[in-house]
Amino acid sequence: MQATAEIERNDAPAAAPSRSWTRAWADIRNGIAQRELWGHLGWQDIKQRYRRSVIGPLWITLSMAITAAGLGFLYSQLFHIPVETFLPYLTVGFIVWGFILGCLTEGADTFITNEGLIKHLPAPITVYALRTVWRLTLMLAHNLVVYVVVLAVFWSHLTQRYILSPPETPNPEWHHGLGWDALLAIPGIALIALNGLWVVILFGIISTRYRDIPQVISALTQLLFFMTPIVWTTDILRSRVGGGDGGWRELVAELNPLYHYIQIVRAPLLGNNMNWHNWVVVLGLTIVGWSLAFLAMRNYRARVSYWV
Amino acid sequence: MVSIDVWNASVDFPIFDAKSRSMKKALLSKAGGKIGTDSKVPIIEALRDITLSLKEGDRVGLVGHNGAGKSTLLRLLSGIYEPTRGQAEIRGKVAPVFDLGVGMDQEISGYENILIRGLFLGMSRKQMQKRVDDIAEFTELGNYLSMPLRTYSTGMRVRLALGVVTSIDPEILLLDEGIGAVDAAFLDKARDRLFDLVQRSGLLVFASHSDDLLLELCSSAIWMDKGEIRQQGSLRDVLTSYKGKDPFESVSHETLQRLGHEPAAANSQDKA
Repeated sequence: MQATAEIERNDAPAAAPSRSWTRAWADIRNGIAQRELWGHLGWQDIKQRYRRSVIGPLWITLSMAITAAGLGFLYSQLFHIPVETFLPYLTVGFIVWGFILGCLTEGADTFITNEGLIKHLPAPITVYALRTVWRLTLMLAHNLVVYVVVLAVFWSHLTQRYILSPPETPNPEWHHGLGWDALLAIPGIALIALNGLWVVILFGIISTRYRDIPQVISALTQLLFFMTPIVWTTDILRSRVGGGDGGWRELVAELNPLYHYIQIVRAPLLGNNMNWHNWVVVLGLTIVGWSLAFLAMRNYRARVSYWV
Repeated sequence: MVSIDVWNASVDFPIFDAKSRSMKKALLSKAGGKIGTDSKVPIIEALRDITLSLKEGDRVGLVGHNGAGKSTLLRLLSGIYEPTRGQAEIRGKVAPVFDLGVGMDQEISGYENILIRGLFLGMSRKQMQKRVDDIAEFTELGNYLSMPLRTYSTGMRVRLALGVVTSIDPEILLLDEGIGAVDAAFLDKARDRLFDLVQRSGLLVFASHSDDLLLELCSSAIWMDKGEIRQQGSLRDVLTSYKGKDPFESVSHETLQRLGHEPAAANSQDKA
């Protein structure tokens, strides 16, 4: 009546080794398939954060509204740009930035904060990455309410041609104004969420092993925020540095990957002029990022439960 | 077909300690010369060369001293830890009940925790909603289920966890010692359910220090010692060599009589 059978014992191991593409891919696929689980966990996180507060998750919307209004007025004065067009610009920039910031900081902590669950219940680790991305997506949706309100208020200013540079600029760039191309924001947001997932998986795994990484990321985010055209525009940069279509503008904005991510959502939502190369850069980063995430999943997926 | 096969599996934990790798130490050890030989990450060998084959209907008890590797073995069998060397293959739906309280959210209600645990174990939301009443009745927690989990006692948590895993028809049930925290009356109920479960083509692995519980739930046993399997065989044999005396001597007369009706003791008594 023993639990072991000698015949069975001598069989050659049939299971796939831990470090294989098959297992990495299965983890991601099974993780996505448990939609109800990560959907519930992500929504639970938001409810939990605003538990016992009267207006609950509406605080997300409200705090975004306050920030956007305050900074919109201040910076429009500083840059001499009409608040009617600058405030919407800043609002959308902030909304997208909020999502990106979340993917970087909360993403790096994803597996560390889920330590209890990882060590007690067998589940694909992708579930935890999806939990984080889904939570951030829900917050993005809450914040988009602010965009809708801003859009309603400044509708007449945004639907015509406008400039986002100081009036004294000699040859200002005219933005074409809001149109049907606003629908491009939908693939834009989808693409950003897809990128959020690889960021969370990759940074999450690295941070679980090297606990200094979350600190490095949080030390850099402040700088990243001010280096990215969110509270300033590339139009201003051009008018200040004075010239043509070269130099500074290229370096500061174009070399910053976050600029392209923000641009593919912000430009359609505001009717700003858009360059197709923004999409190309984002698609390129998607491919590179996912390849790295897959590599990390293949080599270190099984180690995460040891490291947390 | 439900089975767990493990071939020469080892589980090594790297111990990352920020202090041992700090800049200060690195500099000091260089200045001092030969002290810093620990450039590599220290490793704890939690399990070594484990080879196992468990099948449908097996009810295995895990015994061993604290730190012998019982909990780690359970995590290996659940698939949470993939072996660092060797292989493990798990076929079947696994439902683990480990450290109670960890892995559950303290701030949300018992109902929510039931739902989340169920979702983790592969149930859908609808399937769990159908089972909630059954779980509420079985756990006898009543109105407490709408209270946040931090208000629960250890025993109540065990009830909740057992209620969930036994209601979802898992194929492989892995229990850590914590379930001893419930009272005798509930344990009787739980035992019946666990039996049902194992009989419906299940597999049970149960780590415990309590002879009574082991005798009631298990038929065979594994003795873990320092991360290795020291002995594997019928429950009575293993317990006899582990404790140094026949477990049936110390069991109360009532328990023995009760066990006489349970299939768990059938094997042992045949041999006696």
